Amino acid sequence: MSRDFDWSAFLFLLGALRWTVVLSIIAFVGGGVGGLLLALMRTSPYRTLRWIASGYIGLLQGTPVLMQLFLAYYGLAVLTGLRIDPWPAVTLAFTLYAAAFLGEIWRGAIQAIPRQQWEAAAAIPLSPFAQLRHVILPQAMRIAIPPTVGFLVQLIKGTSIASIIGFVELTRAGQLIVNVTFQPMIVYPIIALLYFALCWPLSLLALRLERRIDAALGIGQPA
Amino acid sequence: MPLLALANLRKQFGTNRVLDDVSLDVEAGEVVAVIGRSGSGKTTLLRCINGLERIDAGSIHFEGKPLPLGGAALREARRHIGIVFQSLNLFPHHSVERNITLGPTVTNDVPLAQAKALALDALRQVDLEDKLHAYPAQLSGGQQQRVAIARALAMQPRLMLFDEITSALDPELVGEVVKVLERLAKSGMTMVLVTHEMGFARRTADTLVFMHKGRVWEKGPPRELFAAPKTRELESFIRAVLEPND
Repeated sequence: MSRDFDWSAFLFLLGALRWTVVLSIIAFVGGGVGGLLLALMRTSPYRTLRWIASGYIGLLQGTPVLMQLFLAYYGLAVLTGLRIDPWPAVTLAFTLYAAAFLGEIWRGAIQAIPRQQWEAAAAIPLSPFAQLRHVILPQAMRIAIPPTVGFLVQLIKGTSIASIIGFVELTRAGQLIVNVTFQPMIVYPIIALLYFALCWPLSLLALRLERRIDAALGIGQPA
Repeated sequence: MPLLALANLRKQFGTNRVLDDVSLDVEAGEVVAVIGRSGSGKTTLLRCINGLERIDAGSIHFEGKPLPLGGAALREARRHIGIVFQSLNLFPHHSVERNITLGPTVTNDVPLAQAKALALDALRQVDLEDKLHAYPAQLSGGQQQRVAIARALAMQPRLMLFDEITSALDPELVGEVVKVLERLAKSGMTMVLVTHEMGFARRTADTLVFMHKGRVWEKGPPRELFAAPKTRELESFIRAVLEPND
C-alpha cells in the first residue's frame, strides 16, 4: 500500500529536522566546551596534559565517525546492560567527535598568535589566565571563526549518519517517507534543500562575523 | 644597596653558554646601555632580569630581594620591572588606551577611571595623547614603540628594560623613540637598555656595558670606553659600528 508525498509527510520531515538541529546544537555546545579544554591542554606548558589531549584528538580524528557511533551505541548498551535508546548514543558520539575537531581547530588558532603577544602580556604582568582572556583568546577567536563555522556545517550534515542506528533525524525520516511513498526523487531533493536552508545562512553569518571582528580590530581602517 | 644586583649569572641553551659569569649592579636612577655584537648575550641578559628566561646559575636581586623563579611571586616582582621589546607587540585587538589600561586594571586592580588617567599621563610622556583611541594598526612603527613604552610606564615601574626597541624601525622613525628614551632617562628612571644607537648610548648612559661571548667584557662611563677601549674586541666593535662601510 503506497501513498503520495503530501503535506503531512512534509510536516513529518520538518519534525525530524528539529532533531537534526537539536543534535547539532548539543554536539556543538558540548563539543565546544570539550574542544576549548582540549585546545588549552594542547597549548599548555604541561607535557602530560598536551599528551592526553593530542592522544584523544588523534584517536578521534583517526577513526571514522561511524565507528565512534557504533562504539557509543553498543558500548553504552554493554556498560548499562540495557538495550538502549539511540538518543544518548548519538549525542555522546557527536559531542566527543566535535570536541576533537574543535579542539584541533582552536589549538591552531591559539598557536597562530605570535609568542611575542604572550610575552607582552606576561610583561605587564598578567596571570596566565588573564593572558588568555584579554590577549590570546580574543585574537585566536577571530582566526578560528571561519573554520569553526565550517566545521559546524560539516557537523550538521554529518548528523545524517545517526540515521544508521535508527535515530530519527532528517535523513532517517526521509528514508521512512521514501519507504512508503516510493518517491525518492521528490523526497531526497527536499531533504537536501532543508539541509541547505540550515547550512547556507551559517556560512553567510560566518562571513559577517569575520568582517565585524576585522572592523573591531581596526584592520582595514584608514590611518 | 643597588636597585638591581646581578651576580655570576650563567645561562645555557643546550651546550651553548649564552651568559657566562655576568655580574652587574644598577643603582637607582642609573642608565645602563648594553652594547655588543649580536649573539653576545645582551638580549638574554635582559630577559633573565625580567624572568622571561631562567638563569642556570648565579643570582638576581631586585631591591635587595632575590628574583622569584616563576608563578605569582615572579609576577609580583615584574609589576615593578617594565620591559619594552624589539618586536612591535601591542595588542592589535585593543585600542591604545586599552593596551595601556590593561596592566593597571587587571594586574594592579586600579579602578578603570584612574587607569585611564594613568594612560593619558603615560601617553603625554611619549607625545601621543592624541592617539588614545587609535588602534595599533593605525600607528607607525615608531608610534607603536612609544605606546609600548607608555604601556610599561603606566605600571609605574621602578626599573625599565629596553631590548633593542629601535632595531625593527625604519631609520627615519628611530629619532622620535630615542627622544622619548632620553627624556625618560632625564626624569630619573632607572633604565637598562640593549641598543645599537651608539650616539644615544654615548650621550645618555651613565654606564656602558660591552658584552662579548656572554661576558661583561668592558664596563665604564661611555665617553671613556669610546675614547679609550681597553680591549681589542671593543675597539674593533666600535670601529665596525661607527664606520660600517669600511
